Amino acid sequence: MEKMKIRKNPPKPKFSDPDTGIWSWIVQRGTVASFICISLFALLVRVCVSLHPYSGAGNPPKYGDYEAQRHWMEITINLPVKEWYRNSTINDLNYWGLDYPPLTAYQSYFHGLILRCFDPKSVSLYTSRGYESYIGKLLMRWTVLSSDALIFFPAVLYFINVYYSGKPIKEKTSVAWHIALILLNPCLILIDHGHFQFNCISLGLTVAAVAAILSDRDVVGSVLFSLALNHKQMSAYFAPAFFSYLLGKCLRQQNPVIEVAKLGLAVLGTFAVVWSPYLYSAEASLEVLSRLAPFERGIYEDYVANFWCTTSILVKWKRLLNMQPLKLLSLTATISACLPSMIQLIWKPRKSSFLYGLLNSALAFYLFSFQVHEKSILLPLLPASFLATEKPFVLLWLTQNALVSMFPLLTRDKLIIPYIALHGLFILLYHSPGGRPHKKETQSSFGTLRLFLLSCFLVLHVVYLTIAPPRKYPFLFEAVIMLLCFSQFVVIFLYTNTKQWTPSKLSALSTEAKKHL
Amino acid sequence: MNHRKLRHNSTTQNQNEQIPAASIPKTCGNQLYHFLWFSLIATCTKLLLIPAYHSTDFEVHRNWLALTHSLPLSQWYSDETSPWTLDYPPFFAYFEYFLSFFASMLDPTIVHLTDGLNSKSHLTILFQRLSVTLSDAVLFYGIYRITRKLDPKQKYLIWVLAVWAPGLIIVDHLHFQYNGFLLGMLLISLSALENGEDLLGGFAFAVLLCFKHLFAVAAPVYFVYLLRHYCRGGLVKGFGRLVVMGSVVVAVFAAAYGPFVYNGQIHQVLRRMFPFGRGLCHAYWAPNFWVFYIMFDKLLAFLLVKMGFHVKAPTASFTGGLVGDSSPFAVLPTITPLISLVLVLLSISPCLLKAWRDPKPSAVTRLVAYAYSCGFMFGWHVHEKASLHFVIPLAIIALKSVEDAKHYFFLSIVSCYSLFPLLYEAQEYPIKVLLLLLHAALMWFGLSSYFGAYVPKGDERSHSSAVVRNADFVIGWFGKSYLMGIVVVDICGQFLHPVVLGNKLPFLPLMMISIYSGFGMMYSWIWQLKWIIGSI
Repeated sequence: MEKMKIRKNPPKPKFSDPDTGIWSWIVQRGTVASFICISLFALLVRVCVSLHPYSGAGNPPKYGDYEAQRHWMEITINLPVKEWYRNSTINDLNYWGLDYPPLTAYQSYFHGLILRCFDPKSVSLYTSRGYESYIGKLLMRWTVLSSDALIFFPAVLYFINVYYSGKPIKEKTSVAWHIALILLNPCLILIDHGHFQFNCISLGLTVAAVAAILSDRDVVGSVLFSLALNHKQMSAYFAPAFFSYLLGKCLRQQNPVIEVAKLGLAVLGTFAVVWSPYLYSAEASLEVLSRLAPFERGIYEDYVANFWCTTSILVKWKRLLNMQPLKLLSLTATISACLPSMIQLIWKPRKSSFLYGLLNSALAFYLFSFQVHEKSILLPLLPASFLATEKPFVLLWLTQNALVSMFPLLTRDKLIIPYIALHGLFILLYHSPGGRPHKKETQSSFGTLRLFLLSCFLVLHVVYLTIAPPRKYPFLFEAVIMLLCFSQFVVIFLYTNTKQWTPSKLSALSTEAKKHL
Repeated sequence: MNHRKLRHNSTTQNQNEQIPAASIPKTCGNQLYHFLWFSLIATCTKLLLIPAYHSTDFEVHRNWLALTHSLPLSQWYSDETSPWTLDYPPFFAYFEYFLSFFASMLDPTIVHLTDGLNSKSHLTILFQRLSVTLSDAVLFYGIYRITRKLDPKQKYLIWVLAVWAPGLIIVDHLHFQYNGFLLGMLLISLSALENGEDLLGGFAFAVLLCFKHLFAVAAPVYFVYLLRHYCRGGLVKGFGRLVVMGSVVVAVFAAAYGPFVYNGQIHQVLRRMFPFGRGLCHAYWAPNFWVFYIMFDKLLAFLLVKMGFHVKAPTASFTGGLVGDSSPFAVLPTITPLISLVLVLLSISPCLLKAWRDPKPSAVTRLVAYAYSCGFMFGWHVHEKASLHFVIPLAIIALKSVEDAKHYFFLSIVSCYSLFPLLYEAQEYPIKVLLLLLHAALMWFGLSSYFGAYVPKGDERSHSSAVVRNADFVIGWFGKSYLMGIVVVDICGQFLHPVVLGNKLPFLPLMMISIYSGFGMMYSWIWQLKWIIGSI
């Protein structure tokens, strides 16, 4: 009855789409209006998540990542620059020594100054170890929040402007939808504002670098990406894609050597500036460098859903091989996994395939490189969110699996409520009425498989939270989660690689149209 | 009409788009799905707020869970184990009784009368927060029901205003109360009245009154409206209908109070529900008429002392929290509950007249909202939270005209800001600010697009291919500067005050907020009054 009544007197024309009408009042105001509203909501969600506990809250003696970040602030504001990475009686590197590149150290210094201004006790040398207080937690949370708002958010706006500048806007709502999916990525929010890290800075710099490269400002892009690398060495996951895309592009210029030299100088210059306090001697630089590659921690940690950890159920890599051959093996595996995508980029450096290249190289690193964390799945997620309008399903599937793969970690951090809420929020946003561009995607057979996997995940969550694992296999459930997620990641990896190689229909059509003209 | 122009333009734009045929069938039938989407987004956000600050009201409700669970009905209203005695009408007590079963399943200490005192365990917090979040389903149903006949475009905007109302989140999900489902019941009742189902409307309102008697301020309006609208059509038929309506209401009240009458407790129940000893103003002054009365009194006293008169300093102070029975005024006459009641009735009278002369279903929401504003402006011991009673219903009619929209834009910001002092801890500061900013931004874009003209301009491909001109939805310079003043007041109270004055005059920031939002509330009340008088 209700439906009939409404359908009888619609003041709308035949071909209007009421689904897009739901957001017309905001998307008509342009990208910036939607961005303001979405980013306010995204900030609100971040603040709400930050109410929850951080990693290692009230858990002496080592605490967790929160304590690590706080400790770095303590070290950097109390010691001279040269001492930051050096083991000494004051700076015990075994207790959360700095193991990120200098830009992280500068950021810690800056935030440390702010903390000292409002709560000096929280960053006083030595005595502040394990310092936890209401105001201390708030200030720490606000440092992440402000970094996010000042770096990640503007970078995303820049990216969106660049990404949609060349395209005819058929459905403006999909722009807003795209912004929402990038800004409200549950994994990034949970790790940065729940668990406590500063991924937003390095990822924000990467977003800005990608946007700069998409708008053909290659030098700016290289500088920004070098900064990202200097904030977290994990940004190297994207390096193959940046390298091969820019190389392929330079090779097509009139003077390839000059172009390459220009970019090379930009990168080297950025590195030189960031590393300047440690360049006075080779020893000092090597000292810092050795801190950045913690090979002694083994090829994998905990239960991360990558190749080495998953196959270790069958092949005991750690026992079978020494450190050196293992390093070599993982390096070869990573490079060969990256290779197809790199070759494609050098061969045909197109902007659309660049985004795929970022996703593929990040996934290759996640799956095969040495010493991978669960949290590293954030890196492949970023390019996947760039591709949200083209391949929405990949983003959905990758995000859900990434969330599940981090579930044991988040349970340890007591972040189950935000995990549920953000997971729900993401699914809702993904399915937001009128948001997604209309595309046929899931086939029915695939749909049932998907349903099966989702119910598996649901059961696993409940089992993980309620049932104690058998005493003989205390990490049984972690292993099952890892296996499931690994298989999904591999499928996604293969799929996106083939997608990168097969030119999209749209671009093929447009080139054909050009030929006809 | 600009509104039509807007629609026309957007349709021409839509026609230019090539929309796949597959998307056409799922059109209007998706309204429920869209509504669920809005409410689930709100629910997810509410879940995130579980560990946030909660006031003593949290313990109040926990204690009510415990006492309804552990004591026989005859002792519910006489128990004094905790200072937070039961002072809501019986249906609310039954509601707590119902909840307490689930609570005892989860953790028996929650409902233990003495062991559970001040229990702040994770399970207690989780249970209580979830109970509020789940009970909001009634609110959502109310909003859905009252908006179901509207044009989709209006619906979406009203859902943004009402489902994502920041004031409700602050009061219910941070401060901790159960206003959501009570307002939901009010909306159900209003939607029934708007729809001509008067009996259902009266029934729902009677039930609401037995949940929280503060809603009784609108009872005169309901009475007059139902008398004139429902009980008409000749003497016999009208009397018959009066009897029907009366018996429904009496039945509801009998179900609520009957058991207490049977147990001889009714006197105790009523004494708990109407504690007039509490004084004119709450610890934090609600931004209403009495704020100006107090300030005027202080000013007069100050001037008289300057002029050499002898003025006896008041024995009780307003700033020290609960006010006793002694007179807090230096010059002006003391206000008794009776005076306050008379003032409320007097201020409601124009809308009673309107309801008597022209009982139109389409105007009933406005009349009820006006009655609640009167209760808020002149009531006895009014809480700042009571502003929700008229802000939420007014959201429903915010799109009726440009003037309504402007008034609502203004009112909802002021009302939300006046709730800020409820959350005084640093941790929640960014939350309340972001809630208000988000609400203001959504309202601004939404209302100005709705009432604006859509003007395509320049290159179709560029982002700024079209601009929306605020043809009608213009907030004047006075309104704008008032709203900007909120930022100034807040910066003064939050940042300058601690720096300049330190710990001296701790009530000054609160006083500034209530005086400043008092002006806004006064404006809103006068605006509504003018509308009512103009329409008689």
